Amino acid sequence: MDDYLEQARARVLGAAAAGTTLRLRGGGSKDFYGGDLRGDILETAAYRGIVAYDPSELVVTVRAGTPLAEVEATLAASGQMLAFEAPHFGAATVGGCVAAGLSGPRRPYAGSLRDAVLGVTMMDGRGEVLRFGGQVMKNVAGFDVFRLQAGALGTLGVLLEVSFKVLPRPEMESTRVYACNAEQALELMNRHAGLPLPLSGASFESGRLRLRLSGNAPAVQAAEARLGGDVDSEGAAYWQDLREHLLPFYAAETPLWRLSVPSTRASFADSQTQELIDWGGAQRWLRTTHPAETIRARAHAAGGHATQFRNGARNATFQPLAPALRALHLRLKQTFDPAGVFNRGRLYPDF
Amino acid sequence: MIAVAQSTAEKQAQTLFHALSEVLPTGGLLTQVEQMRPYECDGLSMFRRLPLAVALPQTEAQVAAVLRICHAQQVPVIARGAGTGLAGGALPQEDAVLLSLARLKSIIEIDPLARTARVQPGVRNLAISEAAAKHGLYYAPDPSSQIACSIGGNVAENSGGVHCLKYGLTLHNVLGVRAYTAEGELLELGGAALDSPGYDLLALMIGSEGLLAVVTEVTVKLLPRPQLARVVMAAFDSAEQAGEAVAAIIAAGIIPAGLEMMDRLAISAVEDFVHAGYPLDAEAILLVESDGIPEEVIAEIERIETQLRRCGAVSMRTSRDETERLKLWAGRKAAFPAVGRITPDYYCMDGTIPRRHLGDVLRQIAAMSVEFGLGCANVFHAGDGNLHPLIFYDANKPGDLEQAEAFGARILRLCVAVGGTITGEHGVGVEKIDGMCVQFTATELACFHAVKAGFDPAGLLNPGKAVPTLHRCAELGRMHVHHGEHAHPELPRF
Repeated sequence: MDDYLEQARARVLGAAAAGTTLRLRGGGSKDFYGGDLRGDILETAAYRGIVAYDPSELVVTVRAGTPLAEVEATLAASGQMLAFEAPHFGAATVGGCVAAGLSGPRRPYAGSLRDAVLGVTMMDGRGEVLRFGGQVMKNVAGFDVFRLQAGALGTLGVLLEVSFKVLPRPEMESTRVYACNAEQALELMNRHAGLPLPLSGASFESGRLRLRLSGNAPAVQAAEARLGGDVDSEGAAYWQDLREHLLPFYAAETPLWRLSVPSTRASFADSQTQELIDWGGAQRWLRTTHPAETIRARAHAAGGHATQFRNGARNATFQPLAPALRALHLRLKQTFDPAGVFNRGRLYPDF
Repeated sequence: MIAVAQSTAEKQAQTLFHALSEVLPTGGLLTQVEQMRPYECDGLSMFRRLPLAVALPQTEAQVAAVLRICHAQQVPVIARGAGTGLAGGALPQEDAVLLSLARLKSIIEIDPLARTARVQPGVRNLAISEAAAKHGLYYAPDPSSQIACSIGGNVAENSGGVHCLKYGLTLHNVLGVRAYTAEGELLELGGAALDSPGYDLLALMIGSEGLLAVVTEVTVKLLPRPQLARVVMAAFDSAEQAGEAVAAIIAAGIIPAGLEMMDRLAISAVEDFVHAGYPLDAEAILLVESDGIPEEVIAEIERIETQLRRCGAVSMRTSRDETERLKLWAGRKAAFPAVGRITPDYYCMDGTIPRRHLGDVLRQIAAMSVEFGLGCANVFHAGDGNLHPLIFYDANKPGDLEQAEAFGARILRLCVAVGGTITGEHGVGVEKIDGMCVQFTATELACFHAVKAGFDPAGLLNPGKAVPTLHRCAELGRMHVHHGEHAHPELPRF
């Protein structure tokens, strides 16, 4: 495996010297995501395998090329899981998941991918191998550079190893479903989230509010009795399809937007916009024919931001940054990747 | 020559004080030694220094103005919350302005439906939960200093607490901050949504010990208050067995709300002090808490008791009501002051280790205790591996403090050697700055310096804290060496 490191270092130094860019690619499941794909591919999937896993430590350390599915299967065999439910979208690797920083339906209740990252080993734009964070849950030594990698779309370096906090799989899960409109659904999602209930998912689409409950059996049963509604016997498949964007909502050809907003923001649905509400109201998926500026302005006015997730203008995927933040991005990029080797243009067009 | 230099420095100070007094409220600028005494140290009182001046702004605009003035004159700024930090992160220095955020203490807004609170940095941690209580909500991170420590300080240190295994650290419970750079430029990081575009600068800011920017507003998540909490106290004949019980509980799929361990010396100090009802003949006790809805807690407590019994608990007590629960916790919460009664001084360490090494680490600490001739009691956030050895010493005895520091440094090196960290929750500050040379390579430290420079190119915010210079590490001869190679062979070694 040291061969991989040597080869990667040679590619990085070569690209830095030539002034070219490398396109980091794990499973290729998110080739659709972010800015235009530029540069020669640096395959990261070969560097794979579980480095350390002791279930009673609640930590797993894996090489970044390991398929997410393989990590999940290993954890499941010990009754554990990665609670952030990152989508696979096919053959996702751990490194790609961290780079994209996407989290699934459990995110508001069990934390995001970024929350679960405890440490990374990475190669920077000078070919140096750096280790940040560690394999323990509490660690305040040094800046949280490891968490900075979550959602950086590989623009700061090649991820080599990642340590995650893991959680036990719930003993029981069930889904309640209610017929209602978006306004009622948002009210219920937020009200229930303020009560001591074992919620682990809350979504709304096509006139159906679904609440997922996870925990020990007495907790789930008590919550079912309290919440009423109907049992959704297809609940497990529903949350899986929501996570993987396999619901019919995601199949259309119109641009797909992801809005991250306060959970109480009113519905965005209108004559040009279909909305799927996830994360208890805090994440909205829109199918819309409104111009990008309109969507971004609405998200911003709500205190959030909008991502042109699929079928949009690739080089304008993410909400533009305020000038002060943009300047910080450029300086951080310069710190980790002075020659601009990694995934140039994938996050924002200018770096 | 010296007289001229002094008068120039004095003249510069007078110019600075004049500019600061123009933007600060009446009484908001302290420059007299007697006025500044209360600010000469934080919770780590073994280090004391007076600042150049203390600024006490009352508004965000005043904070920004102080920063701009100091930046214009290239005067360092050290931000301070409630001053309860244990690593000297808010230790002043003679040429720097100490910027106290204590007077920015209003709770700006609580949104019960969205379950968020917007607060100023000087608001006390516990005050947030008190204000949210009428909505059945609370702010989860509960560092032991929560009656006094401020949320701004919590953000600077990424504070935890006894419930962070289940509910997370400050990082997991903060949605956004408003902060000002050393130049006085506003940064809005995060906000009311769960994520933001681009790099996760909020994660970088939390736990940055005042080196990157000064926080002027914090948006926190509020959680529903659990309906019921119960705690089991279990006694063991050895710390190893107690450690195995911790692993067994977690391996059984239980995430307790709290999971604490104390060793024999800590137990006896505490019993003497608060009479919590801990067994004095135990080598170690565990406190295991379950919270949630009643049905859930009852079932979980049964499973916890089963695991504790299986792992050899010699006695067990489960709280039947809130009074008993609080009594069982009272001992743990009083552990530090209780230890303070049996030794003239103690030095609190804060390493984290992978839990499987607990038995070995405690054995080695016991051996070091004999070697250094200093007592050591151990309290342990067992669920997340965060160990607090309390080293006994007597500051009036020549050489004792140095011995205690040497003992502490050895413990931290041991934590790093078994795959842990030098600080789990107290921060690096000035106290553990040399430990950073053990935990990180020169290249990694250089990266931290570059990140710092990205936010604060002139290096004016909390200089000399949290990240050691490469020069310092080289002088200490503790540079971490990987595979026998220095990461930067081109750098001079001293």
